[in-house]
Amino acid sequence: MALLEVQHLKKYYTTQKAVDDISFSLQPGSIFGLLGPNGAGKTTLLRMITGIFYCDEGKIFFEGKPFDPQKDIIKIGYMPEERGLYKKMKIGDQALYLAQLKGLSRAEAMEKVKYWFTRLDMQTWWNKKVEDLSKGMGQKLQFVTTVLHEPKLIILDEPFSGLDPINANLIKDQIFDLAQKGSTIIFSTHRMEQVEEICDQIVLINLGKKILDGTVSEVKQQFKENAFQLQLTNIPETITDAPFSIVNKKNNQLIVKINEGHSGNDVLQYFIQQGIQVEAFNEMLPSLNQVFIKLVEGTQATSRSFQNIES
Amino acid sequence: MNKILLIAKREFLSRVQKKTFLLTTILLPLIIAGFYALMIYFSVKSGDKTSIAVVDKANLFNGKIDGGNDVTFQFLQNETTATLADKVKKSQFSGYIYIPETTLLSKTDSIQVVTEKSAGLITKGNIEDLINKRLEEQRLLALHISKDQLDSAQQSIKIKFPTISGSVGDEGKETVSYIVGYASGFLIYIILFIYGTMVMRGVMEEKVSRIAEVIVSSVKPFQLMMGKITGIGAVGLVQFIIWIILGFGTRFLIMMFYPSLFGASGSVEQVKTLASDPGIFQGIASINWPMIIICFFFYFLGGYLLYSALFAAVGSAVNEDPQDAQSLMLPITMPIIFAIVIMTKAVNDPSSGLALFGSIFPLTSPIVMIARVAHGVPDVVPYWQLLLSMALLILGFLGTTWLAAKIYRTGILMYGKKPTWKELIKWGFRKN
Repeated sequence: MALLEVQHLKKYYTTQKAVDDISFSLQPGSIFGLLGPNGAGKTTLLRMITGIFYCDEGKIFFEGKPFDPQKDIIKIGYMPEERGLYKKMKIGDQALYLAQLKGLSRAEAMEKVKYWFTRLDMQTWWNKKVEDLSKGMGQKLQFVTTVLHEPKLIILDEPFSGLDPINANLIKDQIFDLAQKGSTIIFSTHRMEQVEEICDQIVLINLGKKILDGTVSEVKQQFKENAFQLQLTNIPETITDAPFSIVNKKNNQLIVKINEGHSGNDVLQYFIQQGIQVEAFNEMLPSLNQVFIKLVEGTQATSRSFQNIES
Repeated sequence: MNKILLIAKREFLSRVQKKTFLLTTILLPLIIAGFYALMIYFSVKSGDKTSIAVVDKANLFNGKIDGGNDVTFQFLQNETTATLADKVKKSQFSGYIYIPETTLLSKTDSIQVVTEKSAGLITKGNIEDLINKRLEEQRLLALHISKDQLDSAQQSIKIKFPTISGSVGDEGKETVSYIVGYASGFLIYIILFIYGTMVMRGVMEEKVSRIAEVIVSSVKPFQLMMGKITGIGAVGLVQFIIWIILGFGTRFLIMMFYPSLFGASGSVEQVKTLASDPGIFQGIASINWPMIIICFFFYFLGGYLLYSALFAAVGSAVNEDPQDAQSLMLPITMPIIFAIVIMTKAVNDPSSGLALFGSIFPLTSPIVMIARVAHGVPDVVPYWQLLLSMALLILGFLGTTWLAAKIYRTGILMYGKKPTWKELIKWGFRKN
């Protein structure tokens, strides 16, 4: 059973269709990447899933039942893109307060806060105020307040922005760990290399519409261009009658695109017949970055803000 | 409900635990009291003594002018203007009056008081009054009328205004009602402003620091708003209770250490005015204090809840710029100022149509009704008016809270350009 299922979700503002008929479903324990250019409608979508906004149309199911913000909110942890904490409040008290707002009792909250502070090496922060923290430290605290009630669904909007590589790795490890323990994670970002590294499944939205949905490898397969990289002992001067066309030639490396109706074996056969040693042969899959740019570029995504809505 | 309490608790503690809370709670009344004490001190304080030498060759004053207000007159013989001027220069006297023999009582229209430096306005006035008073007595004597005779002819009698229903309106009570009504109304007016803007600033702070989005993913925006309003309201109540305790405490202490201030040996003048106007005492006694206190707290809370919700809505709509808040606040502050205007009318004429309207209409009733209630329930404010006003106030704050909550919910997550009131109202009446 899907942990979260979103069906035909719509949210229209006066000047734009922020979310326009989006559906997807999430399996428990998966790490889900929600991708899209700036202003694609990601934040609006996340706000509907967290119950901050009501959708205009469509349905959200949480654990198979219609989503009830009142009841289900404790099972969700949301870290918004714009970080916010009370600047003047002590860090320990702040974490306790936010945990209690989620519905934990004071004793439970205390136990969880202590556990996470120890785990992320933050015990000495307890009596400090947020205004004393650096941006990255604030980020860590925000992460802790998001996950400490052990929610089933964790929504992280750009969780690594402002973190140094060490702390980013620390948070990444926590994310993997939480997923392993059964939490489902929605991960919204523009940073494609992180998505490739972390996510099981991705959805790409643009102009409020879903334009891509699948696992990372599926997506790459879907957008591959039959390009292969060859490493040869020597490259023949002239290549004629080949089942491929050459894209790039550099030293002993050759990047080729296989013609319609042929396969990798045909390429290998071609060189072997000529007595050329093939040292390496591998398929070149597009990076998510390339897929992203290919799909989004030229869709007036940058100028989407002011459409006329007639409905 | 539980979450509202949790939020209220944080709002309350984060304010009460601040050092500035104790400072403002204790220092503010001290500063105000000190300010008034200084004002009274300076107005009562004796200025520099002024002594005037009088040489009265024509015997206009019959050898005596009563001193008073730090002005004394001393009659001298055998002096000339030259010797008098000399004495004034040597600072033996502040000034002198020289009246030549030829001056006639009935024909005198001016007397010169010669001083070294020009005297102050108040001192001049005092000297003038004292001399004129003495001259008046002398002129009356010349007409064979004694001071007592004149006084008895000029005595005014007390006019009373009972109503047909039998309640005796007496002046003392009305004066006290006026003061109590005015003070309570004004206090509520100040409270609405202070705590209303406190709510507004709290909401703005939450929005600007972006904590609002984190919190509304845990609780409903309505709960966040109500928690804030309740918490700050509790701060206000605590502050009031501290002030009441401080007030009674200092009174008690003063009575313990300086019983004379309250006892019979108080200043002669004070006793005189009290004795001449026993109505004040009766007035204080005849006021229905429990009714006033209950009404005060009811209208304080009702008014606070009604307006703070609106202030919260404004706070949620603006961004970093406090100037935006100013212009959006105007429509909220208008009715409050309107109410204080009606209130000043209502304390004078609590039964007028305007006062009645102001005390029933929920946006003005917290300020106006308390001023009317001081004049007496039920003879000035019938029970039905009081109950109607209270019921409408409750409905009113439910209404503004409902509307404000909807504006708040949209505004708290909306960044960018400042919305207009038209847009705010649109948010308020939007379905979701």
